[in-house]
Amino acid sequence: MKVIKSLKVAAVAIAASALSLSASAQDNTLLGAGSTFVYPLFSKIFAEYATKTNVKVNYQSIGSGGGILQLTNKTVDFGGSDAPLNADQAKKIGAPVLHIPMASGAVVVTYNVPGLTTGLNLSGAVLGDIYLGKITAWNDAKIAALNKGTKLPETPIVVIHRSDGSGTSFIFTDFLTKVNPDWAAKVGKASAVNWPAGLGGKGNEGVAGLVKQTPGAIGYNELAYAIQNKMAYADIANKTGKFITPTLETTTASSNVELPANAEVSLTNTDNPKGYPITSFTWALIYKEQKYSDRSADRAKQLLKLLWFNIHDGQKNCAPLNYAPLSKSALKVAEKILKSATYDGKAIL
Amino acid sequence: MKNKRLDLSYSQMKWETIFRRILIFMSIVLVLIVIGILITLIMESMPSIKSLGIGYLWGKVWDPVSNIYGAYPFLIGTLLTSFIALIISIPFSYAVSIYLGEYNPKGWLSNLLKNTIELIAAVPSIIYGFWGLFVLVPIIRTFEAKIGVAPYGIGIFTSSLILAVMIIPYAASLGITLIRMVPSPLKEGAYALGATRFEVIRSVIMPFTRSGLFAGVLLSLGRALGETMAVTMLIGNTSTLAHTFKDLIFGPSNTMASVIANEFTEADHTVYLSALIELGLVLFFVTVVINLIGKRIITRFTNN
Repeated sequence: MKVIKSLKVAAVAIAASALSLSASAQDNTLLGAGSTFVYPLFSKIFAEYATKTNVKVNYQSIGSGGGILQLTNKTVDFGGSDAPLNADQAKKIGAPVLHIPMASGAVVVTYNVPGLTTGLNLSGAVLGDIYLGKITAWNDAKIAALNKGTKLPETPIVVIHRSDGSGTSFIFTDFLTKVNPDWAAKVGKASAVNWPAGLGGKGNEGVAGLVKQTPGAIGYNELAYAIQNKMAYADIANKTGKFITPTLETTTASSNVELPANAEVSLTNTDNPKGYPITSFTWALIYKEQKYSDRSADRAKQLLKLLWFNIHDGQKNCAPLNYAPLSKSALKVAEKILKSATYDGKAIL
Repeated sequence: MKNKRLDLSYSQMKWETIFRRILIFMSIVLVLIVIGILITLIMESMPSIKSLGIGYLWGKVWDPVSNIYGAYPFLIGTLLTSFIALIISIPFSYAVSIYLGEYNPKGWLSNLLKNTIELIAAVPSIIYGFWGLFVLVPIIRTFEAKIGVAPYGIGIFTSSLILAVMIIPYAASLGITLIRMVPSPLKEGAYALGATRFEVIRSVIMPFTRSGLFAGVLLSLGRALGETMAVTMLIGNTSTLAHTFKDLIFGPSNTMASVIANEFTEADHTVYLSALIELGLVLFFVTVVINLIGKRIITRFTNN
């Protein structure tokens, strides 16, 4: 009997603590979920925000797709995504969703070419042919034409791609789709595609591991990851034909162009002559109409204030963490989008 | 005179009933969980079954962009890695079972070996994955360069090697216990008739433990079929099947479990997600079928 009694006491205690936890989550904790790419930036900004305003943010980095699903189920206040909603997702979510750019990131082409000490230049068309399996050796004439004066070895090219569905793959295939017609016809763009050639590594670390180990390998990684792990990455030709070294500046430059009012835009193959061509925004997603379920006006306001902080004061955290801050034109668009959010039809900010 | 100890008190009777009910309840819950998982898998794969039909099973293209899904390459990848791993592991697990069960059943060396083998099962699979990627892959790469296949280093063969190591303890520890349980009068009888140790193992111990050893092998096969993390890191994750036998064994491939692990989080449209769940359903059936076949083989051996 004693055992049963103490069990009961324990059960009540656990239930009570769970209740109190969820109650506190209601009060001053905003919930977010999604992109793993933006997670380090978000956690830094949110920690800063918590000390300033006493509003806590609980962001779970479960992947962009998961974040969109959570937002669809209305279990979070905002989602984080590296790609805008696709038609299927927009249909499921059923209400207008705002895409607010938070920062931008670049995808760099990493390589392991034995004996190559100088940099490597690549164009989108050649990169597409390599990933299609059409160019199979490093001393191919097409690669040599882009790298005059560099001696390239005969080593066969080992193509490495992400095996898991990821925003990084989406950005990369989006770029190839724009610049290589054959790629657009045969493969297309998505977070996971039917790769015509090569090996798949799981995650940034999986691709990086394979590239580092395999002589002749070519892969693609997030810029931040490549910088932190001191990997060699190629300069890529942009729309104007100039070879651009991926840096935070050239990444920011890629979004400093005329942007559509909803910011749901692919930045790859940018028009800006100074911009690196394989870049993308990472977005925070919120419902345009913030009055849904039993949300209070206060909570909606807190959410908007948080995102306002992200695109202004929060931006100074970008560079130290190797994210590219928003460009001038991106910031302008983001401000306008945030101001368009409503609660019960009335503007919040 | 009445013997008080034969009388059960009311509370004793009650406890008996409660205890029995708890046991029944626990068993039913387990069955319900399995059935529940099956039902969920079937329901969630409905959109994919409807749009792709039975052709899903032998479709060779897995293309999320144009919504074409075929499970065939992954089915082959799963079966190939598991069975190659099984073939590699059997000699080791049988040898270990016989040595620790019959030749050296007691003492510190025996305990040390037995504990070490059980430790193999306790190591998390991601550690095998890392070890495979950084130690085994470069070795296999040099080997592949020598035999004249594309020296990727990762692929079906590498995954099978790691899987073999991972599944040895399952068959071995069951085998050790069973061989130790062979009644000594049987063995002593054989020795008395002048049999050598090898003959005792061949004609007494092996027939006596055959079905049990096979059950252990089956257990390890089940583990190999579903193993995800280590395989994902080592198999190369390519959904196209190679055409020649050599390229198939040494080349990259993909298994059902690793496709699910890789693509589930970012599966962003209905049919895609559902096709992945259907892959889980197929894996579920493959495991059930292999277990059923195994059960039949066990009964047949035991009857003989």
